[in-house]
Amino acid sequence: MVNVSEVSPRTYRPVISTITTRTMADLLHRVASARDVEAFKKLFQSFAPRVKSYMMRQGADPHTAEELAQETLLMVWRKAALYSGDKGSASTWIFTIARNLRIDRLRREVAWQPLPEGADDEPSTDPLPDEELDLRERRDLVRAALAELPADQSEVVSLSYIEGLSHSEIAERLKLPLGTVKSRMRLAYLKVRSAVEDLA
Amino acid sequence: MTIKNHPDIASLMSCAAGSQPEALAAVVASHLSVCPECTRRVASLERIGEALFDHIEPVALKSSVPAAIARSMEAENPIESPRALDNLGLGKGEVPAPLRALIGPDLDALPWKRIGPGVWCHTLKLSKQARGNLHLIKVAPGTKLPDHGHGGEEMTLVLRGSYKDTTGHYGVGDVADLDGEIEHAPTTDAQEGCICLIASEKAARFKGVLARLMQPFLGI
Repeated sequence: MVNVSEVSPRTYRPVISTITTRTMADLLHRVASARDVEAFKKLFQSFAPRVKSYMMRQGADPHTAEELAQETLLMVWRKAALYSGDKGSASTWIFTIARNLRIDRLRREVAWQPLPEGADDEPSTDPLPDEELDLRERRDLVRAALAELPADQSEVVSLSYIEGLSHSEIAERLKLPLGTVKSRMRLAYLKVRSAVEDLA
Repeated sequence: MTIKNHPDIASLMSCAAGSQPEALAAVVASHLSVCPECTRRVASLERIGEALFDHIEPVALKSSVPAAIARSMEAENPIESPRALDNLGLGKGEVPAPLRALIGPDLDALPWKRIGPGVWCHTLKLSKQARGNLHLIKVAPGTKLPDHGHGGEEMTLVLRGSYKDTTGHYGVGDVADLDGEIEHAPTTDAQEGCICLIASEKAARFKGVLARLMQPFLGI
């Protein structure tokens, strides 16, 4: 079990991604079209340790977390052809796979949200260079917006997204009224809105 | 279908985060299946998860690409293709796609149980560990339900007909995502009545949806 009090939701450690969005889409494409084992190994090395950590944050023991990390990446291998570049970045897609697996295995509930999928059988194609730039810019914008959140808002967002707590569970954990938790979530949304939403 | 009432943005965030209690998640998924606007919004809210995920402290795995994965990779599993569209039938198209596997395509074919004058219920089965309830409630045309409050998180999606209360008018596809403090006495449409999907997160100190609806009829 992870002692949650030791995990500060404020720690947005500047992680230097060893793998860029461009490389990621490339790797996923190579996995999908050519069943490229080397490309998959790189994805595995980049994502599996974070998926393991994510599972542990919701209380999985290290052994279970490791299994779930492996399973998440196995699904990436199997479903790579379903990833469609226009539905979001590769890492958002992998996040949704891990998220659904967490609901299914750790909470033993139904994951109602389907994975974003391409509309046809075509393997994913690489985004065009300027789309790719947009994706990278967007990631930076979202990160910057999250880093700017006041501590109380950042805390509820992290408890929801990373610890996997429902609003009521967050209210119990922080000894706050449910309405306060929801209004902090709403305030956080207003601050990150322009970064996460597509401009019409 | 013109949808005017959408889930609270906090509920959509919880959905994108994958931390919504199962019953509420079922209502949101059903709404998303008829609401492209909220579907897009949830997809954009998943980017928050991606950004936080990117900053999570990695925990090293014991093995690199483990044997099980290597075996599976060698087994040349065919790549999964996108799911075929479900062929469970459309009925009148009133049952949202995510619910069809649970209740079939036809609301009229359900084994409704009468719980009071002009009020019927069908309870949907959730996972064993789920903390909450998911009910379909059918209310006869022009019925005014007793005044009742809400506790904990509760969400209602209209599947047929409509109802109105002090917070607004709710038609097909609309979601009432009300704060716990709201007290209301909904009145159903005079012609069609109303069929709703209602999720509540069970909180021990509050009575469930059914108890509250039945209370005035049963005198409990």
